[in-house]
Amino acid sequence: MNLFDLLVGPFVSYGFMSRALVGAVVIALSAAPVGVFLMLRRMSLSGDAMAHAILPGAGVGFLIAGLEILPMTLGGFAAGLVVALLAGLVSRLTIQREDTSLAAFYLISLALGVMLVSLRGSSVDLMHVLFGTVLALNNDALIMIGAVATISLVALALIWRPLFAECLDPNFLRSVSGAGQPVHLIFLALVVLNLVGGFQALGTLLAVGLMMLPAAAARFWVRGLEALCLVAVTIGVASSYLGLLLSFHLSVPSGPAIILVAGAIYLLSLLIGNRGVIRTRLVPPRHRIA
Amino acid sequence: MAIELKDLTLGYDGHPAVHHLDGTFADGSLTAIVGPNGSGKSTLLKGITGILKPLGGSIERGATRTRAIAYLPQSAEIDRSFPATVAELVALGHWRSRGLWGAITGPDYDAVRAALDAVGLRGFEDRGLDTLSGGQAQRALFARVMLQDADVILLDEPFTAIDEKTTADLIGLVQRWHGEKRTVVAVLHDIEMVRKVFPEALLMAREPVAWGTTGEALAPENLLKARRMTEAWDEHAAWHDEAGHDGHAHGHEQGRAA
Repeated sequence: MNLFDLLVGPFVSYGFMSRALVGAVVIALSAAPVGVFLMLRRMSLSGDAMAHAILPGAGVGFLIAGLEILPMTLGGFAAGLVVALLAGLVSRLTIQREDTSLAAFYLISLALGVMLVSLRGSSVDLMHVLFGTVLALNNDALIMIGAVATISLVALALIWRPLFAECLDPNFLRSVSGAGQPVHLIFLALVVLNLVGGFQALGTLLAVGLMMLPAAAARFWVRGLEALCLVAVTIGVASSYLGLLLSFHLSVPSGPAIILVAGAIYLLSLLIGNRGVIRTRLVPPRHRIA
Repeated sequence: MAIELKDLTLGYDGHPAVHHLDGTFADGSLTAIVGPNGSGKSTLLKGITGILKPLGGSIERGATRTRAIAYLPQSAEIDRSFPATVAELVALGHWRSRGLWGAITGPDYDAVRAALDAVGLRGFEDRGLDTLSGGQAQRALFARVMLQDADVILLDEPFTAIDEKTTADLIGLVQRWHGEKRTVVAVLHDIEMVRKVFPEALLMAREPVAWGTTGEALAPENLLKARRMTEAWDEHAAWHDEAGHDGHAHGHEQGRAA
């Protein structure tokens, strides 16, 4: 087997592989920057919770229309948004903090979602929804993923400055502009949108992987915000490609393979990154004369 | 621009933190707000910026919109671990002229550099915020206030945990703003500094204790009065509208006398 067959061949010879690659790469493009902001706002686990919260909405879509993309996507988007807003509302109106109410709502959602999907489908259908089917992306799914990525990147560009200010110094933002609250809501909507976009390919449970793992890994390499986003996108794209390649050659499930590659990159970055364990702990510190 | 407070009450959960405050920060005045912890000083600044809505009374800001007020929050409220450079932090001061989407261009960054120069941070543009000391961060925030070029400047405990040299430099800036006829209000704890630098003072203990020239407002009997303030809320204090009259017979008055 030559190098071409090893690295490029599968994507040329098999339509399902090239579709899978396009879908995963496109969703990585927009999910990774969203993940960077989630991480910087210390909301990494909120992303995970929202990913679970999508399930009952997708379940309702599935009950009505079966394994169809649009109903499940719309349902998932609505459910994720409702849970995100409810969690924020509960923390504002009661003594309970947002992390606790988010945990409560996503557990309810997860149980409800599994229940709904099982009402009509088999356990195979449930596995589809939970872990995705990146090798079975049809045209509708690809168009949907493209739309999600386009909307996300444009929206992110539009709210970049207030989002930056809201993370850095929320009180200053409130003193110069009323944009803080709307920007926070738009950002939550972007998180849900990207999770919904990823869930066709990777399922509700793993979609958050392409969001958080590249962002977390990037933090070990670079400092600035733009650089973080660029490195995270690169890691996300590389994970998608390498994961699919591994899955093809070793005949292992593709969704988990993509996330495991991203996970491996994270662990590697943790060890050998510029700001990782080895450089900061084991290399003897030097200092300049001034 | 003058700021007029009319029977202003600000607070949280219906409990007043600033209670029935009447008075005016005159156009171009330089005022220090002094008082014990929990006396409503920061709350008053948040009220003036418009972040906090009044529970009663009103704030007249003349023709100027609240957004034309430069506000420097307590430094602890800024996330210094966020991956931003000093220049990016200071450039936020262009917000009023550039808004959400306006491009920040070369001349704007020249202004950023000039402001950093003025606060003694030449060459710090590309430094990350996490590499700054507390004093350097505070200097950067003063540079941002400079860029905002506002008629009214509100500073919340700007010199807490700042060394003497930095404090002296930043006070120089405050006096420069005063010379430029801007209205400056600062929350401070150092009474000696207030006496030396600030012509006017407002002494607070949730109720206004005294407001006027610094010498009169910070007279010993007033300071004693302020020190007697009880910090705790009276959970069973009568509601203002249930008290039945507009006098000062509120439940918490009992607490203060105790």
